[in-house]
Order: sequence, then C-alpha cells, then structure tokens
Amino acid sequence: PYAGSVESKNEAAMSELVPEPRQKPVVPMKPMGINANLLGYIGIDTIIEQMRKKTMKTGFDFNIMVVGQSGLGKSTLVNTLFKSQVSRKSSGWNREEKIPKTVEIKAIGHVIEEGGVKMKLTVIDTPGFGDQINNENCWEPIEKYINEQYEKFLKEEVNIARKKRIPDTRVHCCLYFISPTGHSLRPLDLEFMKHLSKVVNIIPVIAKADTMTLEEKTEFKQRVRKELEVNGIEFYPQKEFDEDLEDKTENDKIRQESMPFAVVGSDKEYQVNGKRVLGRKTPWGIIEVENLSHCEFALLRDFVIRTHLQDLKEVTHNIHYETYRAKRLNDNGGLPPMTVETEENHESNL
Amino acid sequence: QQPAQFTNPETPGYVGFANLPNQVHRKSVKKGFEFTLMVVGESGLGKSTLINSLFLTDLYPERIIPGAAEKIERTVQIEASTVEIEERGVKLRLTVVDTPGYGDAINCRDCFKTIISYIDEQFERYLHDESGLNRRHIVDNRVHCCFYFISPFGHGLKPLDVEFMKAIHNKVNIVPVIAKADTLCLKERERLKKRILDEIEEHGIKIYHLPDAESDEDEDFKEQTRLLKASIPFCVVGSNQLIEAKGKKVRGRLYPWGVVEVENPEHNDFLKLRTMLITHMQDLQEVTQDLHYENFRSERLKRGGR
Repeated sequence: PYAGSVESKNEAAMSELVPEPRQKPVVPMKPMGINANLLGYIGIDTIIEQMRKKTMKTGFDFNIMVVGQSGLGKSTLVNTLFKSQVSRKSSGWNREEKIPKTVEIKAIGHVIEEGGVKMKLTVIDTPGFGDQINNENCWEPIEKYINEQYEKFLKEEVNIARKKRIPDTRVHCCLYFISPTGHSLRPLDLEFMKHLSKVVNIIPVIAKADTMTLEEKTEFKQRVRKELEVNGIEFYPQKEFDEDLEDKTENDKIRQESMPFAVVGSDKEYQVNGKRVLGRKTPWGIIEVENLSHCEFALLRDFVIRTHLQDLKEVTHNIHYETYRAKRLNDNGGLPPMTVETEENHESNL
Repeated sequence: QQPAQFTNPETPGYVGFANLPNQVHRKSVKKGFEFTLMVVGESGLGKSTLINSLFLTDLYPERIIPGAAEKIERTVQIEASTVEIEERGVKLRLTVVDTPGYGDAINCRDCFKTIISYIDEQFERYLHDESGLNRRHIVDNRVHCCFYFISPFGHGLKPLDVEFMKAIHNKVNIVPVIAKADTLCLKERERLKKRILDEIEEHGIKIYHLPDAESDEDEDFKEQTRLLKASIPFCVVGSNQLIEAKGKKVRGRLYPWGVVEVENPEHNDFLKLRTMLITHMQDLQEVTQDLHYENFRSERLKRGGR
C-alpha cells in the first residue's frame, strides 16, 4: 500500500456486503522459540525463493521512453545504459533523414538476457520533440501515446476471456533530457514535465554533462531542483509513494542530492590505466562514463536498473494506470464494451 | 533478434538487471504472503489436529466438541480463522476455512451447498473489487486449496465424497487426504490409495495435479517431486502432543504397542503433505487465479451484468 492516495471523485463504492462467515478471533502467533528445537521449521521462507525462481524464468518487460531535443545524446545514453545498440543510433542527421515535422513516436523492442534473467526491453524514442520553431503542445503526441498503452492494457483486462499475462506496453520510465545550459530550465521543459509527471514516471537527466565544471554542475542541479519544486513537478521517485521509512530515507537522499543526474553517454572504448573504459576522448583528457568523479552515469544506471526497476513498474501499474482506469470508469461511456471472444484470444480455460 | 553488442570482448558488459529478482524478492518479503486453505471432511477425522500440526500453531484453542444430539440440528457452518506466521522474516497470513457439520446430518443431501456458496461468494467479492474504482487494497479471500478428508474406515470413496468433489472440482484445487492413517497398516494403505485413485478417475474427478519439475531443476528437487506425485492421496496422522520416543521429543500418538510419529516419513505422509503445500503454495494460488477464478469470471460476465 502506498502512502498518500489517488482518490477518485466517487469514493469507492463499498462492495455490497455478503454476510460474513462467522470469524474466530485472530489467534496470536506462537513465538517460534517454543518450537525451535522441536522440528519447528515449516519452510515458509522458501516460498519467496520459488517466486524469485519464477520471475527469472518468466522474464519481464521494461519500456523506457526518452524525450528531449535532438542532439542531446538520448540514443547514445540508452545504448550505454543497456550496453547494447538498443536505440536507433544517429550521429547527426543523415542527408536523407530530416528533422520530422511533428513529434514521432518510435518504439524498438529487443530481448536481452543477463544472469539467466530475460528482459524484453522496448525503447521509445520521440524524435521531433522540441525541435520545431513553434513547439506548442508538442507533448501532446507523447501523452497520447502513453494513454493509448494504458487503454490497450485496460481493454485486455476487461475482456471476458483474457490472456494470462497481459502484454505490457505501458511506459514504465520516461527519461527527460535537460540541455546543459547552466542557467535554468527552459519553458518547454517545465511545460512537458508539468503535464507528463501526472501520467508517467519522469526521471530528469542533465545531458552532455561534460560541458560543465564541477561547480557549474552543482549549481545547475540545485537550481533545477528548486525550479522543479517551485513548479510543483513531482518527478520519480515521487514523495507520496514512498512505502515506508526505509524507502523514504533512501529516496529522500536521491531526490535532494543526486537528482537530476548529470550524465555523459558513450559507446566508444578507450584504454585508461590499463583498463578498457567507455568514454569520450578530448584533447584535454578522456571522460570516463562510468567514473563517478567524471559524471553521474553510474548513479543513473544503478538507480534505474539495479535498484528501482521493479518499483518503476509497480508505480506505473498501481498508480498511473489505476488513475487512468478510474478516470475511464468515471467518464460517461465508461469502459469499452466487453468483447466477445475473438478467434485470436479464445483459449479454453478448462 | 539480439541487438549488436559493443564490439570489445573484454568489456564486462554487465548491465545489472539480473538483479531484478532480488528487487522483487525484497518487495515480496515486505508485503508478505496470503493463503486460504479450506478443510472439508466428516467430524472426527482429525482435521483440526492436522491443521495445527501443519502450521505448528493452535488454531482452535477453546474448542467445544458438540455431542451427537446437538449435531442433529446443525447445518454446515463456515468458520474462518486467520493466523499470521513469520519465519526468517517472511510473513504468511494464513486463513483456514473450516466446515464443521459437513457429513454429520442423517440426510447429507444439502450439505455441500453452503460450502459451494462460500467459495462462489469469495469469487464474487473479488470480481466486484477487481472491477471497482479503488483497487488499492483488494483482499484476496478466495480459497486457494481444499483438503478433502477421506475416512480410512471405508473401502474407498463414499457417495458423498464423490458428489462433493465433483461439485467443487471446477472451483477449487482439491487435495484428497486420507485421515487417521494410523488405523491402517502399510498394505492396507497402498490398497486404499490405489482404490481411491481408481475411483477418482472413474468418476472424472479433477484433483490438483502437481506440475512436473522443470528440466533445469536440480536432481533432488526432481526426485522429491516424483515422490510427492507418487504418494497422492496422502495418508496422514496429526497430533498436538509431544511424546518421548527414542530419547527425543516428537509429535506423536502413544499406543501400548508403540509410538506413531507424525513427522516420521516411514509412519505416514505428513511431511510429504507439508512439503507439497509449501513448495506449491504459489502454484496453488496461480491455478486458482488463472483457472478457477477466470472460469467463474467468464461465466459470470457471460450470464450478464458486471
């Protein structure tokens, strides 16, 4: 259960109460000590181990969206994050490839495997965002795409004969790229994040951070944090969804000190001190992407992938999706009509 | 189709999402686990004792056993008790649904209606909650597993056993259990087990099938699964008493001719039953969700109205 709540206008209709079976009072648990030396082990903790094994076998979906002006290194960064060419790589625009006139949504899926765990990764790119002369409402196609994925999921969920594992195309994480001007956020940044933080988990990142010195970086980050706060923009991890004190302490530190992560991406390797590292070579030195004293890429990676991956999915499912669903239920017209089993999703349950 | 990896073979290329199961683990441990077990069987077959033995708790502390005269008037009741068990940081919230009165009446014709209604009500409630606006705190009271107790005194299944199991096999996972196994010697047990399995097949009763061990499991686990599957229906003895046997204290029943040890695999299948339940708790929930509940739901929605 999440602290804070997303309440719908009509407070939840209480289920019509079927008569409760006569409940015995809850029996307090016998302290394990008494049974300790008398074959007192049941084995409940093994259930969790089974679940872990299951997760590994089933594999999981993860959908990450990148938003930002072209040239901010979005594709490179995603490739660096997953150490594979998962995003369309463009080093500058080819002659044939023009800047799209509107925001396009391009989703590319890959299956990658590590340590026995299979991940179906989908990278959703948004070329054209912020690149026009007039960028008014350029977040609308993006918001529309996100909502369309919620709708798709909802339709499947209300089906009479529904799939065992509903395919999940919902956007779990949206990396928003801030240009390293060193001054402040731009109006477009604020507008986008204001609108979209209500429907998706936004993680702001400062792109191409190798253009700033350490002091400039610290100041810029502080200013950006302040601006986000003043404008009421709740980026991920949102304060109201901290589950317990442990989460809150961990997330407070991330929210107040580390974010937004100032990152550098690269898919080229160089030799530094006898090791091969990912980096950018300049006349004045080699910027090591995974070196914490150079940039915060490793923090972003650990945050998104190694510690908060599951949480990103859960917040998407339990909060953002539920908000969408509640709105749909409340709208006149309600849910889409229950579909009769079509050929494609008829599976005998018996 | 695998995306192109960065070319240098020396790059460790470790991303770190292999850590996802640990993240899921951490959340599961925090959340804990819920399970609802129903026990059905005639009075006096040792159901309560067995449940207490399985979970090392005393679920029924102040029990008053009614006499025969009182039983005549009684209809089947549904009594649910919940207990929270914690082991090595993992919390299990176990609900045991007892069905006293089953099989007691002289005319048992209607005795399983109450039970079936109860199972359906839990499905109905879950369906209602799942379709509602606020889904944050849905409680899952659906029955994940039903231990059906078969009397060791007969020659197999009784007509009531057959009728009941056929009435609920599409609604809940049935695990048939032969109670009070200490009334039978080993040969009699084997005979009874075989007889019951034959009758189950003859009547087309669907009991819960343990899934085969996957090919990548270790040999011990595979062997354990084979053993479990071969022992169904489990022949069990329960006891709340500790007896001194061979210099140590064991749960058992003391007879003039010896001690029946509950947790001795040579004496009865208690440990197998417990192992099966624990290692398949998640599967039992999944089958309930993916099969029984989905059946209920699609029937219900087809019949009309949400």
